Amino acid sequence: MDIEFLYWEGCPSYPEARQLLGEVLAERGLDAKIEVREVKSQAEAELLRFPGSPTIRVEGHDVDPDGASGRPALMCRIYRNPGGGVSPVPSREQLEAALS
Amino acid sequence: MTIALATQAPPFDLPGIDGQQHSLDDYADVPALAVVWSCNHCPYVQAWESRMIELQREYGDRGFRLVAVNSNDADNYPEDSFEAMKARAQQQGFNFDYLYDEDQSVVQAYGAERTPEVFLFDSERRLVYHGAIDDSREESEVTERYLRDAIEAVLAGDEPPVSETAPVGCSVKRKA
Repeated sequence: MDIEFLYWEGCPSYPEARQLLGEVLAERGLDAKIEVREVKSQAEAELLRFPGSPTIRVEGHDVDPDGASGRPALMCRIYRNPGGGVSPVPSREQLEAALS
Repeated sequence: MTIALATQAPPFDLPGIDGQQHSLDDYADVPALAVVWSCNHCPYVQAWESRMIELQREYGDRGFRLVAVNSNDADNYPEDSFEAMKARAQQQGFNFDYLYDEDQSVVQAYGAERTPEVFLFDSERRLVYHGAIDDSREESEVTERYLRDAIEAVLAGDEPPVSETAPVGCSVKRKA
């Protein structure tokens, strides 16, 4: 399983998201190759179709398809948690669904 | 550099989403004034926004005023333009002033780095609390209500129990 983990250093949420991804992979006993890549410029954000930090793709599919087409930019990405609230990291449920 | 505790509030005179200019002097009679760096696009701000509204609602009658300031570069972050601020405030029902620091001179004077980031001033406009609103972006997980406790203390004429915390949020988007 190939996973892309794209982040921008200017948003503090990526360590939490990376940890959560690791936990979900471990709980499911999944063996994945994670490519972690820092996005450093607007040009890179556009090239990589990076709608904010962090962006996680499993086998090329964004873990949050609804937000995948957002404007490429160096900013924190908005995720919706199951309760309807706003979060700067994907929910455990989103990651589990993407990995299933 | 961020202003230090006990520093006098740097002056400002900024346009608000209500079509009026708002200066520091306009709040001269306010016993507790929170200047909060904010914006539209940041998920951390959005997560805390309802708590900002709640604090203004709960303490407004006792003289507390919360003033949100957006200093982000709208050329590169159009989600934070003045027009978008007006739309966001209406959509979310903001009950506090929301000001636009287009030339970033005010954020430069205060030294804010994050959104949201709180600067609470007492009646003499002395900085008595700086940092986060509380200790979790998830409201259900909050255990320490820094700003609320600081407001209570200031309104009672006391020093806040905690005067400085690390703000957690998006970076202020400065112009190149």
